[in-house]
Amino acid sequence: MGSLNIENVKKAFGPVEVLKGINLEVTDGEFVVFVGPSGCGKSTLLRVIAGLEDSTSGRVVIDGQDVSVTPPAKRGIAMVFQTYALYPHLTVKNNMGLGLKQAGTPAAEIDRRIGIASSMLSLEPYLERRPAELSGGQRQRVAIGRAVVREPKLFLFDEPLSNLDAALRVNTRLEIAQLHRRLKATMIYVTHDQVEAMTLADKIVVLNAGRIEQIGGPMELYNSPANEFVAGFIGSPKMNFVDGARLGETAKTIGVRPEHLTVDPKSGAWKGTVVHAEHLGADTNLYLDCEKAGLITVLIFGVYDAEPGATLYATPDPAKTYRFGADGKVLK
Amino acid sequence: MSTATRSLPRTIGAHAILLTYTAIALFPVILVIMNSFKSRAGIFGAPLTPPTPKTFDLIGYTTVIGQGDFIHYFQNSLVVTVASLFFVLLFGAMAAFALSEYRFRGNSLMGLYLALGIMIPIRLGTVAILQLMVASGLVNTLTALILVYTAQGLPLAIFILSEFMKQVSDDLKNAGRIDGLSEYTIFFRLVLPLVRPSMATVAVFTMIPIWNDLWFPLILAPSEETKTVTLGAQLFLGQFVTNWNAILAALSLAIMPVLILYVIFSRQLIRGITSGAVK
Repeated sequence: MGSLNIENVKKAFGPVEVLKGINLEVTDGEFVVFVGPSGCGKSTLLRVIAGLEDSTSGRVVIDGQDVSVTPPAKRGIAMVFQTYALYPHLTVKNNMGLGLKQAGTPAAEIDRRIGIASSMLSLEPYLERRPAELSGGQRQRVAIGRAVVREPKLFLFDEPLSNLDAALRVNTRLEIAQLHRRLKATMIYVTHDQVEAMTLADKIVVLNAGRIEQIGGPMELYNSPANEFVAGFIGSPKMNFVDGARLGETAKTIGVRPEHLTVDPKSGAWKGTVVHAEHLGADTNLYLDCEKAGLITVLIFGVYDAEPGATLYATPDPAKTYRFGADGKVLK
Repeated sequence: MSTATRSLPRTIGAHAILLTYTAIALFPVILVIMNSFKSRAGIFGAPLTPPTPKTFDLIGYTTVIGQGDFIHYFQNSLVVTVASLFFVLLFGAMAAFALSEYRFRGNSLMGLYLALGIMIPIRLGTVAILQLMVASGLVNTLTALILVYTAQGLPLAIFILSEFMKQVSDDLKNAGRIDGLSEYTIFFRLVLPLVRPSMATVAVFTMIPIWNDLWFPLILAPSEETKTVTLGAQLFLGQFVTNWNAILAALSLAIMPVLILYVIFSRQLIRGITSGAVK
């Protein structure tokens, strides 16, 4: 229980088409991440799944049941919001129990479920507090707890980590991953951060301008991106794109990931000068201005000393070079 | 002492301006209250001095209380003000919620239409209102006043409240919808408590003109039964002889309820006024 089918969903706000026909299948227990730049329609898609927004056309099917016109509370979903969205006037316990109370669940059952969820998220000491007395990380855990107690068919996360600071973000990410492993529930997660997408997802859906660009596992997207957009979006630092004509290639654009370039002070394929070096300890980012390839980024593992202005030669790994046609699609 | 953020001359200057303004603003009020405790001779002999043992006299208050009906006038004023306030806040907030929350055809046109009342004084329609009240048999009832004041207060209330309601997090309302709360519960339990400061602002702005109004009570409800305080105070204002003691006492008393209501709302009010400025 917990499958989702989206069939040709379109959504327009007046003349602006935000979703241009989305088809997607999510099987039971999958962790699916929608990722894309801001304004790509990923949040709108999530809200259509939740029933907070009506689609202009198309069907949303949860567990084999068409829920396109079902109100959100009856869809068997739970949602975690970016801004936590806790009820300010209720205690943590009542925040978590409200949905069940509205559905007429017996009090004993509500207490049992709150007990399980709060121990899972280590929220027991805070059950009688109000949201205003909690820190950001605790609030987000309460919001997750509120979703857990409903035992939904589908968990929906709308950028849940965006309001947390960097250290908490990593912790909470871990907690969500563990939660998924423990509950084996279907989860749909929206983010603009490709690191979150790569670390959490079983399946990533890359969206751009209201269309799905590619669907696949994290490594699948990294190793064989379908087009220039996905290649540029997945991976950090971003893939280098070089005009094919300048390299004497037939392809319109050549793509090389920064980690698939090696540098040498004496010889190599592309001669360039160091513009800037970023030393991160574990690895070093070099920005090279190359005669043939233009400005490129090179990621070197470990420490590499390079002064701005120095001359270096960069060489791409031929086995890990991508060739893109004029339409942006990858050439086999 | 001068520091980086304040200098003595500037502090003195700012305080001087503020104190002057306060004195000017409070002067008439203090004059009214001061003179209400004086005898007739005291009021005319030295209107600007506070009551001395020689001029102190409670004749104004005894006249007002002795007139008997004054308690009743107070009651009328209070009923009209509180009832109008309740309806303005209730309907204003509901309309503001609808305008800020739901997307429907003609939304902004409707908002403009509802705000139009801010620019057009309701008194322009006095004749029509009177005809309406006569036709519906509401002349000389408090209901007539309540209806008129509700209509008078709504435009500003809707205008201010819809701005504030737009700031209430969408996520919160959506969380309520997913938890199965009805739109009414979302409105009353989630949204209203969050816009409480702005409600207080609207309440004060609505309340004071209603309490002080003389026009509509005079036209729509001048009967003895339905007189309000401001209208009642006219009793002592004669064409040839004016009972200043009684008028000043009545006005001093009339300040009290509005002052009490203001104190109740003011804590919220300050938050309401500044909440837009400092997050």
